Order: sequence, then structure tokens, then C-alpha cells
Amino acid sequence: MSEAVATQLSGWGRTTPTVAQLVEANSPSQIANLITQSSSRGVLARGLGRSYGDAAQSGGATVVDMTTMTDFSLNPENMSVTADAGASIDNILREIVPRGFFVPVSAGTRIITVGGAIAADIHGKNHHRDGSFGAHVTEIVIINGRGEQLTLAPENPQFWATIGGMGLTGIITSATFTVIPIQSSYISVDTERLKDLESIMSSLLERDHEYRYTVAWIDSVSPSGRGVITRGDHATIAQCDSEGIKNPESYDPKKIASAPGLVPPGLLNKLSVRAFNEGWYRKHPRSRIGELQRIGAFFHPLDGVHDWNRIYGPRGFLQYQFQVPDSASDLIGVVLNKLREIGAPSFLTVLKRFGPGNQAPLSFPQSGWTLAADLPAGISELGRTLDQLDELISAVGGRLYLAKDSRQSPANFARTYPRLDEWRGIRDTMDPNHVFASDLSRRLEI
Amino acid sequence: MLDALGEPQSVLVLGGTSEIALATIKEMPRHRLRRVLLAGRPSESLDAAVAQLKALNIAGVEPIEFDAKNTDTHGAIIDAAFDASDIDVVILAFGVLGDQMTAEEDPSHAVEIATVNYTGSVSAGLHVARRLKNQGHGTLVVLSSVAGDRARRSNFVYGSTKAGLDAFAQGLDASLEKTGAHVLIVRPGFVRTRMTSHLPEAPMTTNPEDVAKIIVTALKKGKSTVYAPGPLRFVMAGLKTLPKPLFRKLPS
Ligand SMILES: Cc1cc2nc3c(=O)[nH]c(=O)nc-3n(C[C@H](O)[C@H](O)[C@H](O)COP(=O)(O)OP(=O)(O)OC[C@H]3O[C@@H](n4cnc5c(N)ncnc54)[C@H](O)[C@@H]3O)c2cc1C
Ligand SMILES: NC(=O)c1ccc[n+]([C@@H]2O[C@H](COP(=O)([O-])OP(=O)(O)OC[C@H]3O[C@@H](n4cnc5c(N)ncnc54)[C@H](OP(=O)(O)O)[C@@H]3O)[C@@H](O)[C@H]2O)c1
Repeated sequence: MSEAVATQLSGWGRTTPTVAQLVEANSPSQIANLITQSSSRGVLARGLGRSYGDAAQSGGATVVDMTTMTDFSLNPENMSVTADAGASIDNILREIVPRGFFVPVSAGTRIITVGGAIAADIHGKNHHRDGSFGAHVTEIVIINGRGEQLTLAPENPQFWATIGGMGLTGIITSATFTVIPIQSSYISVDTERLKDLESIMSSLLERDHEYRYTVAWIDSVSPSGRGVITRGDHATIAQCDSEGIKNPESYDPKKIASAPGLVPPGLLNKLSVRAFNEGWYRKHPRSRIGELQRIGAFFHPLDGVHDWNRIYGPRGFLQYQFQVPDSASDLIGVVLNKLREIGAPSFLTVLKRFGPGNQAPLSFPQSGWTLAADLPAGISELGRTLDQLDELISAVGGRLYLAKDSRQSPANFARTYPRLDEWRGIRDTMDPNHVFASDLSRRLEI
Repeated sequence: MLDALGEPQSVLVLGGTSEIALATIKEMPRHRLRRVLLAGRPSESLDAAVAQLKALNIAGVEPIEFDAKNTDTHGAIIDAAFDASDIDVVILAFGVLGDQMTAEEDPSHAVEIATVNYTGSVSAGLHVARRLKNQGHGTLVVLSSVAGDRARRSNFVYGSTKAGLDAFAQGLDASLEKTGAHVLIVRPGFVRTRMTSHLPEAPMTTNPEDVAKIIVTALKKGKSTVYAPGPLRFVMAGLKTLPKPLFRKLPS
């Protein structure tokens, strides 16, 4: 029987840690007991802690570490995976890629759990085409606030309240999602380096539909907003053969672990970020077609760098990720300019187009643009500046991603997620006493 | 909850009319504050303090009844404040300077100073610590004083209560290690407030706003002791080791 241990927890950004009673999950019945016997501080599931802010921590509460329940199995006939919520996408890929399958949606890191992917309704480089993770989930098994186990299907509103529900509808114990067939563990990548933001945005608009995966990296230091677009599709056996690749199905991402120069060395400062952005831009050719990259290098380049979140020093960092509709595409430039003005160094600034959203009331993606920038928490003026940007974004119907948020106000959140009350209504059927609580839910008064 | 930039949403002030505490609230980013509880003895000045903060568009400002001397009531008052929602920062600001000469002639006046400054703080401080520990986060800001660093002829009754409070706060901080809760001990020198308005100013005098800035910065940085102004730390280190005959010759 695992015991509760007082443990300091924070998100990937390492800001504002709090102390909770951490318990390792070992069975659905144990989880049900933890829920029915919880203190007034409540209960929360935690996966691999890759959300940036305060979503996976809950001061004084019982936090259930799901990463001790990790079984999963591939069903090749109906192309699906059934997994414990604590199973990592990393381990799932190691099993299914060599067998010719890939996850329907992959985040920028594979070090996340299935539970975390559902609770945040994660999106990937293929959102414009395939939607977010929740669109590919066919069944969720969850323990609700009364300690009852429910099996939810997409016909059920409770299913959609759980997708993007940030752990506040219950503790997911297992889920089934579809996978896609692939011929190799390689991606055929086209690269385009562009001189300014306008050309990047128009190129993304014009050509997104030609590829399954696209994303643009933006040089946040340069006033032009120049950057690099990478686009890709799963490589066919024929493509791999013509490049002389042996064992195109083999997959072992550890081998590329040392490769990426994607993180500036040492503790970050303005100079190192400037040098990094310049170097990263120059490193890419103006245009390159059909380069074969490994899945790890294309989707999860940062996973090769151990603990890269420590380069921001003790104050930690945050990721500002927002979405705006096409009608407000000018806000992308406005935000980039504003962040540059206050000297907020970001080495990781990513721009992407979203396709339509799904029916989950709290799911983040909606048609339009999304920009994400990593920012050190210690910059003066950062709080005030981001609040001003929140105003501009909310005024045009845009919003922030809860898996990244660590600072927006409750009012901004409520204004930008207009289906919040509908979600609350469903949540109350699952968790009438609000047993599930996180620092995020307290901060945003969810 | 604090946000990623260390900006608080909810604050409880024990000693709700304290000029230093009110300046500290004003120094916090206003748009983040959702709940500011001013605990004190009901009075016009408590109402005025509430009105003053409301006029600045600070949300959720409320008075609550609290007397440092009525230690029996502390538990229920502090529980009610925390039951409604988490509290990020508690400022323990009540205190009386008293009058040294009166205290020497009438020990009951000395007892009054000790009761408010020491006994009241121990009681309230322990209740607050219990709740901070329970929520797994939050900081108790304790307004100590340089007067507690070394007792002086001119105000040793007050000084001794602050020395006791300071030692208590240090121990309380140690007791909260690894609970997510913290104590920030603030040791101001002479601050221009109504508490000191009848006294001649000492060297390195500051305004409540200066102390407020130091407190807010220290909270963000997670410090556990600060002097106000900062360099007083070195002055006090010197004074503490000064031989007695010399120390007693200093102007009071
Ligand atoms: C380098 C990096 C790149 C990223 N790239 C992307 C990206 O491209 N797209 C994207 O969408 N996100 C991205 N993310 C964010 C990340 O995918 C999400 O935050 C994801 O939720 C993390 O999963 P986790 O297992 O670490 O969950 P945690 O961070 O541990 O938890 C996240 C939330 O899920 C809830 N939760 C976890 N397990 C369960 C469960 N079993 N039952 C109920 N609730 C649960 C938690 O309570 C919490 O609210 C990135 C993060 C990093 C660090
Ligand atoms: N000013 C300085 O030079 C200086 C220097 C070092 C340390 N300090 C310390 O800083 C703290 C704040 O002082 P300040 O300068 O802001 O002075 P202040 O404005 O006089 O504040 C003192 C506060 O204590 C409250 N108080 C007194 N007795 C109380 C009781 N029995 N119950 C509840 N509240 C009571 C007062 O409330 P009422 O309005 O009801 O009286 C007032 O809110 C004090 O602890 C003080 O000792 C001050």
C-alpha cells in the first residue's frame, strides 16, 4: 500500500511550487478510496508534470501520481490503443512505431501521459487537419467525485467535459484511442526559411493543406519576425529505400538524444538568446525538400535535452500560448513586437494554424492562429504586459491554453471560455462536491 | 493562489489599519488582488482603510473584527478567513509602541504592550501557520523591528516584545520547512507612521511606501528576513557587537 508523502510540486515552468500529499496510484479501487476519503483540500491526478503552470499541482490536497499505472496494448485490427492513464506516449511509441502505427496527435514532447493528453486535449502539428487528441479518443474510464467508476463514450457529455477538463471531472484510469498506420519511423520534411512574419503567415495559409504536419519557428529577437517553416508527412517505404535507409521501421529515440542544438547553453540571458535565434535561423537552408528526419527529431527535439527547463534559473519560466481567429491575425505581430519591446528573451517561439475546434467545452484550439513563446518569469513588466495582451486577445475572441497558463486572471479565463458554465453544469453531475481541485482551479476559480 | 510571477490574489492583514500594511497592499499589483481582508478592532479608521483600498479599485476588500488581546477568538476568526478561500499572504502588522516611562511606572502598561505585541502575535501566528500548512502554500509576513535586535534604555519594553516576536517567527519558519508555507520577517527601523509621529526621527528613517516596496520584493524572491532600509542589516550587526559602555553612550 503506497503512503502519502508531503511533496513539493510544480509545473514544467518551475514557478510557484506548493506542497501536497503525493500518493502513487496502484489500482482503481485504491483511487476510489482516496477520493471518498479525501480531506477538504481535495484530490487531483498528476501525470508526467509537463503542463507548464499550476494545472498538475494542488496545495494541501491528495495528488495521485498516475505514472505508476502504465499498462497498454495495441489492437492492430481496429487500429487502437487501450492504455492505463499513466502510460506515457514515449513508451507507447516505442511499442507501436516498429509495428507500423503512430499516435493520432503528438505534442512537442512525448514525455506525457495518456491522462494528461486527454485532460489537456493536446494538439500537435497536424491540428489543421486532424484536430486535437480528444477527437481520436473512443472510450474513457474515469472515477468520479463520488468514487464511482464510469465508462464514457463520445455520445456522453461527460466524455467531452473530461476532454480538456484538466483533471477536474475525475481521475481517468484508462482510455482507448485510435492510431494511424505508418510505413516507416521517418518523416519526409520540407523546410522553408522566410524573411518576415508576413511571408511566413501567408505561406502557412496557402500551403498548410498540402501536408499533414506543419509548424513555424519564429526568431523572436529579429524585428522582421523572420523564421523557418517545417512541413512533413510520414515517409513511405519507397522514400526510405531511395535514401538508402535500412530498417526504416526501427525506432529508438534515445540515439538522437545528444543531437539537437535546440537549446542555448548555460543559463539564459538576452545575449545567449539573441545568439541562439540568429544561429538557428542561419542553420536552416532557404529551402529544402524531402529531407528524411526521424520521428523524434521532427516531433520531440527537446526531449533529447535533459532538464532543459532549468536553464531559466530559480525563478522559472512560463509559456504564453494563445489562439486568435483569422480575423485578428494582426495580433500575432502585435504580440511579438510587444514581447520584444520589453526585452523578453524567448528561444522557443512557435506559430501554427489551427483547424476547427471540437465539442469539448474547455478544449483550447479553435480555427485560426496559435503562437507560443517561452518567457523567463523574472522579467520586469512581464506581468503587466501579458495582462495587456490578454485584453487584446480576449477582445477578439481568442484565449490562452490552460496547460500552459500560470498567470491569467479568473475574469480573463471566464470571458474567453464562454462554455464554462455549460462545462460546470456537467462537472457538477460528476463531482457535485468539487472534490477535484488544483492550484489552477483555485487560481482561476473554476 | 500566487501566479507564476509571484503576484498574490488574496491577502489577510492582522492589524488592518497599519500604515505599513496598507502601503504594502497598495504596492501589490492591484488587478491581481481578488480578496483583501483587513482584520482589526472596529473603528472609523478601519472603515476608512477599507474605503481607501476600495477607492483604488481593489476587489474584495472587507473588514473583519479582530482584537490581538482576545486570543480566545483568534482560531475562529482565522479559520473563517481561510475557509472561504486560500490566502496567499498574511501580514501580521498589529503592534503598539506604548510609552516606556509610563510602562516603568505602571507595569500594567508594560503588560498591555507585551500582550498585544508578543502574546497576541504568538497566538495569531500559530493559528495562521496551521492554516498555511494545511493549504500547502502561503507566506506569513511578520513585522518585527530593529528595536528587537538589541534592547535600548529608551524603549526596552517594546524592544523586548519585538525580540520575543522575532525569535518566535524564526522558530515558526523552521517549523514550516517543507510544508510549502513560509515566514518573512521584516525588521524596519524608524518608519514615519502615526505610531512614531510624536517622536524625533532617527537616522535612516523611511516611509511606509519604502518598507512596502521592500516587503513586496522580498515576497517575490522568497526571502526569509529583510531590514528596511536594507543597509540597516549592517548597522544592526555592528550595534549588536558594540561593547556595552559604548552602546549605552549612543544617543537614544
Ligand atoms: C516541451 C513541451 C512541449 C509541449 N508541446 C505541446 C504541444 O505541442 N501541444 C500541446 O497540446 N501541449 C504541449 N505541451 C503540454 C503538454 O502536452 C500538456 O501539458 C500535457 O497535459 C502534459 O501531460 P502530463 O502527463 O505531463 O500531464 P500533467 O502535466 O501531469 O497534468 C496535466 C493536466 O492533466 C490532468 N491529468 C493528468 N493525468 C490525469 C488523469 N489520469 N486523469 C485526469 N486528469 C489527469 C492533471 O490534473 C492536469 O490538470 C508541451 C509541454 C512541454 C513540456
Ligand atoms: N512605525 C515604525 O517606525 C515601526 C518600526 C518598526 C516596526 N514597526 C511595526 O510595524 C507594525 C505596523 O506599524 P505601523 O507603523 O504601520 O503603525 P500603525 O499604523 O500604528 O499600525 C499599528 C496597528 O496595530 C493595530 N493594533 C494595535 N493594538 C491592537 C489590538 N489590540 N488588536 C488589533 N490591532 C491592534 C492598530 O489598530 P488600531 O487602528 O485599532 O489602533 C494598527 O492597525 C507594528 O507591529 C509596529 O510595531 C513599526
